[in-house]
Amino acid sequence: MAVEKGVKPTVNHQTPAEQDKERMLPPTPLRLFWTFLAIGAFTFGGGYAMIPLIKKSIVERPRWMEDEEFVDAIAIAQSSPGPIAVNIATLTGYKLSGLGGALFSVVGATLPSFIIILVVASIFLGVQHNSYVRAAMAGMRPAVIALMAQAVLDVGKTAVKSRFSIVLGLLALVALTVFNVHPVLVIVAAAAAGVAASRLGLAQVPNGAEQKEQNKETR
Amino acid sequence: MMVLNLFLTFFKIGLFSFGGGYAMIPLIQREIVTLHRWLTMSQFIDVIAISQVTPGPIAINAATFVGYKVAGVWGSAAATAGVVMPSVLVSLGLTWAFLRYRSLAVVKAMFTGIRPAVVALIVAATLSILPSSITNFAGLLIALLAFLAIRYFKLDPILALVLAAAIGILIG
Repeated sequence: MAVEKGVKPTVNHQTPAEQDKERMLPPTPLRLFWTFLAIGAFTFGGGYAMIPLIKKSIVERPRWMEDEEFVDAIAIAQSSPGPIAVNIATLTGYKLSGLGGALFSVVGATLPSFIIILVVASIFLGVQHNSYVRAAMAGMRPAVIALMAQAVLDVGKTAVKSRFSIVLGLLALVALTVFNVHPVLVIVAAAAAGVAASRLGLAQVPNGAEQKEQNKETR
Repeated sequence: MMVLNLFLTFFKIGLFSFGGGYAMIPLIQREIVTLHRWLTMSQFIDVIAISQVTPGPIAINAATFVGYKVAGVWGSAAATAGVVMPSVLVSLGLTWAFLRYRSLAVVKAMFTGIRPAVVALIVAATLSILPSSITNFAGLLIALLAFLAIRYFKLDPILALVLAAAIGILIG
C-alpha cells in the first residue's frame, strides 16, 4: 500500500506488531472524539503550539493521514477563520469519517477548554476582589503585553516580507488605531486588496505549504 | 434573549477571526468591552491572561468566560457554540472545495492581504490594552523583563505569566 512508503523508522517501546495494530485502528467518530479530546486538553497557548501534538496523534501513531495530506490540512486550517485546532479537527474528522467524524472531533477539541474555563470562571468571579488575586492579576497584566509583543515579532517575521505587505500592514494599522475602523472591515478590505494585488501581479506568497502542494501537483 | 445575543455576537467574532489567537483580540474587545460592556477593560485583560495559562484556543476560552459571566452555564455554551460554528462551516466548505478543485487560489490570494493585516491587528490590540496593563513603573519593569526572558532566554510564556503573578503578590 502507498501508506507504507513514507513510514520512517521510529524509536518506540512497542513491538512492531503492536505498532501495526495501533496504526490499523479505523478512525471512527468516537475514536476521533477521544483523540481530539486529548489534543484539546494538553495544548496550552493555543494555535501553532498544537500542531506537533495533532501531527503525532493522527499522522504518526494511527496513520490516518499521510504527511502531505497533513500539510494540506494545515494550509486549509490556516485559511479558515477561527481557532486552528477547531479547523484541523473539522477537516480531519470530515476527511476520515464524514460529517459525524467532523462533529465528534470538534466537540472533542472544544470540550476540555470549555470545562476548564467554566470551572476557572466560577472560581475567579468569586475571588476576583481578594487582595492576593488582585495583586497576582496586576502582575500578570504587564506580562500579557510582553507575550503580545512576541506575537507581533513572530507573526510579523513571516507575514510582512514584501513591499506590498509592509504598505498594507501599515495602512491597516493606521485604519485600526487612528481612524478606529471596525476590525471586520479591515480584514475584508485586506482580503480584497490581496486578491486585487495577485490579479495585477503585485504580490506572490510562496509559503511552505503551497510549495509542497505545487510539488504534489507536478508529480 | 441574552443567550441568543451571546451566540450571535460570538458567531460574528468567530467568522472574522483570521490568524487565530491575538489577532482576534481587537474584534473581541470591540464587541465585548466597547459595544456590549459585558467586561471592563481590565477584566478583559485578565481573561487574556487566564486564557494563556489554561489549555485551548484563546477564542474558546474568552467565549466560555464571557458567556458564563453574562448568563451562566447556558450563556457559556451559547457563546462557545457561536464562536466555533463559523470555523466548522468554513473549514468544511474549504475542504470540499479543495478536494474538488485541488487548489485554493482565490483563498490564497486573499491571504496575501489578510496576513499583513493580522500583524496590524495584533499591534492594535497591544496598543489598546497597554494603558490598562502597564499602570506604573513596576508594571513596565515586569513587561520588559518578561519580554526579554521569553525572547532571549526562551522562557516558557506560561511560566512567565506565573512568575509575573508571583511578583505581583510579592510587591502588591
